[in-house]
Amino acid sequence: MNAPLLTITVDRAAGPIVEGEAVISTEGFSPRYDLDRWTGVISKPGHRLEGVSIKDKILFFPTAKGGIAAGWAFYDIRGKGIAPKAFVFGVTNPVMVQGAIFADIAITEGWSVDPLSAIETGDWVRVDPTRRVIELLRRLVPTSVAPPRG
Amino acid sequence: MQLSTDEQAMLRGDRGLPVKEAIEFQIAIGDFFGAERFVPISNAHMMGDIEVMGDAGLARLQQMAEGGARCAIGITTNARCIDFDHVASLGQIEDEAQKERRIIAHLRQMNVITADTCINYQTLYQPHLGEHVAWGDTGTVIYANSVFGARTNFEGGPSALASAITGRTPAYGFHLDAVRRGNLVVELDVDPSDYADWGAIGKLVGEPNQSYYAVPVFTNVRRAPTSDELKHLGAALASYGSHAMFHMVGVTPEAPSVEAALGGNTPTSVMKITRADIDRVYRSYDVKDGRCNLVVFSAPQLSLFELKRISELLDGRQVAAGSKLFVTTSNAMKRTASELGYIGRIEAAGGIVLEGVCFYILQNLSPIKQAMGWSSLVTNSAKLVNTITAHRFNTILRRTEDCIATALSGNVSQDSSRQPGAER
Repeated sequence: MNAPLLTITVDRAAGPIVEGEAVISTEGFSPRYDLDRWTGVISKPGHRLEGVSIKDKILFFPTAKGGIAAGWAFYDIRGKGIAPKAFVFGVTNPVMVQGAIFADIAITEGWSVDPLSAIETGDWVRVDPTRRVIELLRRLVPTSVAPPRG
Repeated sequence: MQLSTDEQAMLRGDRGLPVKEAIEFQIAIGDFFGAERFVPISNAHMMGDIEVMGDAGLARLQQMAEGGARCAIGITTNARCIDFDHVASLGQIEDEAQKERRIIAHLRQMNVITADTCINYQTLYQPHLGEHVAWGDTGTVIYANSVFGARTNFEGGPSALASAITGRTPAYGFHLDAVRRGNLVVELDVDPSDYADWGAIGKLVGEPNQSYYAVPVFTNVRRAPTSDELKHLGAALASYGSHAMFHMVGVTPEAPSVEAALGGNTPTSVMKITRADIDRVYRSYDVKDGRCNLVVFSAPQLSLFELKRISELLDGRQVAAGSKLFVTTSNAMKRTASELGYIGRIEAAGGIVLEGVCFYILQNLSPIKQAMGWSSLVTNSAKLVNTITAHRFNTILRRTEDCIATALSGNVSQDSSRQPGAER
């Protein structure tokens, strides 16, 4: 196994070890407010990820919005085959954690490096809740330094 | 987590498989948050409906019920997604309504009281200062923590149900003293005069301070707010900010003074809210061509006092042709309001009163929106403006009387701000 390009440690974590394509959001998330729970596409008009499918992705959100819905909704979208592989939050709320554990989806909270400055949407990452780390394995566009974000 | 003898027995499976599974789930949650122990709880309140659970959730619930899961303490249900008298008229799916009936049956089998209300704190159960409970939805949580001084985290449906099965919850978050202290000061340089004003304050505070652990302390409250006003403020804070608690100096039980509410914390920010700020919220919505055929009073369900006011505002008037006005309330409130004549007055004006549901969680809402030709939605609930967005409504917050005017005329004006000096 090649050494990761970057390792971010997280404060809290639960769930299985997973790898997948990163989706980086500058806006928070609620499955009720933002997600079409029948297609897996972010549907809230004007959401920074509007039109993006969350299926099989590693989702990076700064915050959690709302809400009680995630308690059941993550289990439901997993049943429908449109769940992400992991949720990586800056600050989350308990329902996201309860819902992710109930649905056996990886979830983490808090980060040693802001992913916004270090990881690009499309990069390939591993989430390892047992070691409390996020590892950047390959870049979508190979560069030594991530370009600045607008 | 440190487990008591009882909890160890539960984990070993001595109390049966459903209890073992429930406490395993709770320990996983507690471990995530670094909880050291469980606290006993006296009451739980849970969300469980087909719109949010889907077929997978229904199957899991059925498995639990058939496996003998049984709640050990009082537990009630939150608003659901179907009013069985309105399935056909709304264009909901009969097959899903049947699933909703199965959910209700499974919950009852597990000793859950299917009361179907998000205003349990006004109508069903008022916990005392320091009482530990396990509640969801968020509006119930923030009211319990803030107004009663009870202690609960946001509890999703499965974890609230697990809490009721084991009679306890992991001690993290708002069960702990340190988390309950205020960390943000909000001076109210305004006398809010409508539920929408209180909701707008919730948006103004919550949106820029989005964090479960932000606890605003409101100061300079000129008039003690009513339960319904606190309900709209709390629901909006919880929705926009994901907040679970606020203090209001001189009003809420853990805030006899600013210092007591902060508990030694230095506030991360001090903000002031004026009438101009609230009016700016109203002006921020795009009314498009000014036409609006949908007005909703919901989120949270209406109290008896709110139902009375809506009935008075609609008395002898008529909702515009082609427009819909919806009101949602609990089953119990609707019965009482019917006997008092309020429901009759609302229905005579063309309004539709749904019971046991909340508007934004209605089953099949996106297709209903299409079929009904709805685009803009006017409401006095700041929470509804925020929660219904995944269904792509153009939501507009307006004061109660302006909402009624929209229902009667089919039009909504861009500028809902009040004239200077018109404060009451």
